[in-house]
Formats: sequence, C-alpha cells, structure tokens
Amino acid sequence: MIRAPKCEMTLMVNGEKHSIVARQADTLLFVLRNYLGLTGSKPGCLNGDCGACTVLIDGTPIKSCMILAIETIGKSITTIEGLHDAPIQRAFVEQFAFQCGYCTPGFIMNAHALTEHRPDADDETIRKWLESNICRCTSYREIEQAVKSVLAEGQKQE
Amino acid sequence: MIPFDLTYHRPSSISEAVQLFEQIQKQGKTPLYYNGGTEIITLSRLNLVFADAVIDIKHIPECRVLDRKQNELTLGAALSLTTIEEANPFPLLAKAASEVADHTARNQITLGGNVCGQIFYRETVLPLLLADCDVVIAGKSGLRQHSIHEVFDQHIRLEPGEFLVQIKVDPIYTTMPHIHIKRRKQGNVGYPLVTVSMIKKERDLRVAFSGVCPFPFRSQAVEEQLNARHLPIETRIVRALQQLPEPILDDVEGSAEYRLFVLKNILTDMLIALEEG
Repeated sequence: MIRAPKCEMTLMVNGEKHSIVARQADTLLFVLRNYLGLTGSKPGCLNGDCGACTVLIDGTPIKSCMILAIETIGKSITTIEGLHDAPIQRAFVEQFAFQCGYCTPGFIMNAHALTEHRPDADDETIRKWLESNICRCTSYREIEQAVKSVLAEGQKQE
Repeated sequence: MIPFDLTYHRPSSISEAVQLFEQIQKQGKTPLYYNGGTEIITLSRLNLVFADAVIDIKHIPECRVLDRKQNELTLGAALSLTTIEEANPFPLLAKAASEVADHTARNQITLGGNVCGQIFYRETVLPLLLADCDVVIAGKSGLRQHSIHEVFDQHIRLEPGEFLVQIKVDPIYTTMPHIHIKRRKQGNVGYPLVTVSMIKKERDLRVAFSGVCPFPFRSQAVEEQLNARHLPIETRIVRALQQLPEPILDDVEGSAEYRLFVLKNILTDMLIALEEG
C-alpha cells in the first residue's frame, strides 16, 4: 500500500487537543487506537455493523470505523476513556450488563448518549437505539435493564 | 481501513465543490462526492470503490436545508436519516428512513447518500418516487431541477461531476394515507427481503418496491393492475406481480419463491388497510 498523502490534523478528543500526522484515508477508529493510544473503542466488524467502536461526536453516537478522522476536525470527540463514573457505567456494573466486555465500550457510549438525549425514552426508543450494537455473549436483557435503571433514576430526581 | 490513499476536500459552496471535482479529474485522478461516507468506506475495504479524492458536501449550506414552506418541502441531500426521522416532515419518508441500517448508522447515513448509493436497496427513494418529487442537481452548468422520474431509473442518472443537492416535495403528499412495510429474513436491522411503500392519492394507490428486483422501482403497469377495483384483491395482486420489470431476486437474502410469498402477503395487507381504511 502506498503511504501518502498524510497531513497534519488537530482533533479534540475527550476535551484535549491532539495534533497528529495521519493518512487522510484513516478512519477515526484507526487514529484513536494507533495514534492516540485510546484503545477503548474496539475494532469489531470494521464494517459499521457491530457498534463496538462507537464514540460520541458532538454528543451524537457514531461508529468510528465508518468515519474518516479528518472529517472530525473542529468537532468534539468523546471516547469511553472520556467518561468518568457516568451513571450508565455504574449501571452496567450493578446490572451485570456484560460478560466478555469487548462490546461494552460501544454499548456504553451509545447508551450514555441515549440517556443524555432522551431521558424520557420509552421501550421502543430504547430498543431502536440498542439495535445499533451487537453483544455476542447476549447480555442484551441486562444492558436494557442498565439503561432503564439510569432513566428511572433520572426521572426520580426530576 | 481504506486500502488506498486519498485526499479529503471540504468545500463550503456548491460552485467550489463542482470546481474541485473538475480540477481533480483534469489531473487524471478519480474524485468522488462524499456525503455520510459509510458506503464509500465500506465498499473501499472490499475494493469495490476507489477514489483519489473525496469531496465532502456535508458542509454546503444548500445540502443541509430542511425547510417546510406552505407549497414546498425542501430536504437537503446531506440531512442524516435520523434528522429526517426526528423532524418528521414527511411521515412516509421518515418511516422508510427509520428502517435503514441501525440508529447509530443513521446518524451518519444521509438522504442523498441513500438515494445515490451503489448498494441497490436505496429505500428512501420509494416515498420520493410515490410523491413525484423534484430533485435539484448541481453540475458544471449550475443547478438544474427535474422530476425524479426523469433522472431516477433503477438508480440516479447523474452526469460526471454532478451531485444531488436537494429534494423538493409537494406537501400534499406528506399527509396522504400511507403504509411502509419492510420484511427482513431475520432480526430488525439490515437489508430487506422485501420493502414496499404505498400511498393512497384520492382513490388511487401508488406503490414502490425495494428488494424485489436488484433496484428500487415504481411501475405504472403494476399500479394499474392494483387499482382495477372491479376485480378481487387476490386477482389484482396476481396480475400486478406479472408486471414486475424483472424476475424476482433470488439470492442469499431469500429465494424468489419466498420473496413472492412475502410480497403477496404484504400487498394483501396494504390493499385491505388502505382501501378499507
């Protein structure tokens, strides 16, 4: 493979600016893992199907294997490393919402965005959002319970 | 991982995008217009798409318009499918959009990308065909507006260097009775076995299909048979299915026989619902 053309790009990841020189054809997932050492976003299918690489771009869940890093210049990227004791992280532990854990960062990023954007989400909305991620250990029920527990907690506090 | 190198360009205007395309092409290189990018990235991995340069049209203001006027609904080609789903300016289109891929993918997949895609399902085009919408296309000689029926035949017919900017819909179509049914082989995400969109305009039914042939289509001959109300529904469906433009798909998603079985049932349900409803 020919290794050109590369260019300098500055990305805002987890609140910090990172300047790197990368191929313009590099996906965000590749850059996060191989240039920035942020290995929480997982490579799974690399085809936009499994959701293991989900990150937030300006708060919206996006599959980082399906977007070029260069496209995200000027946007705010949040990876699993950028979440610190978010309610959904605690809920995943409390509800035993994982087994092998490989899909967990992607699920957590998607579920975190869901609880932030749709605090009043009904069962249908939760189902629709969670369909974006695949768990081969089939922890789906527990993951759904984790999401619902965060939503219920938020509604209690209102 | 894209297995070849490319340059990325982010024009901020239609004219800049068109000029970039021309300049890159003049250098003997292959440019591609780039919207959500999901299909280009996916197919690149399989060496089914190649580009020396991608021209990202998502930042062109005209491509991001969602404007509801009394006599016209304008939808920019760079609107994401979730934007259309949430804004719901055209319920049948919102429903079709909401069935494409999965929610996170739809945050990125755009209306223009789906309509112009290489993967042949292109399900958001079904409501657009039923609504006789217009498409606005940018090219070297500026903008041109055409009925979708003039430029979409199995796939969108664009001249080299052109791209889809907007879709314009007559609002009367956004309130008509409609049904959209997508049946998959299994699960709730993924490509269809068969997808059918139907609207009722006054007494007449209009219908468009995806997953039946290797391209989405609306057929006047099919509609004529379905609207022959003096005949029983079953006869109308049998006659309508004799008018399909090509033999029914027979592939890994489903055999032709199974697709036909599913299609007959969908059409029966739709006819009963829209004619009696």
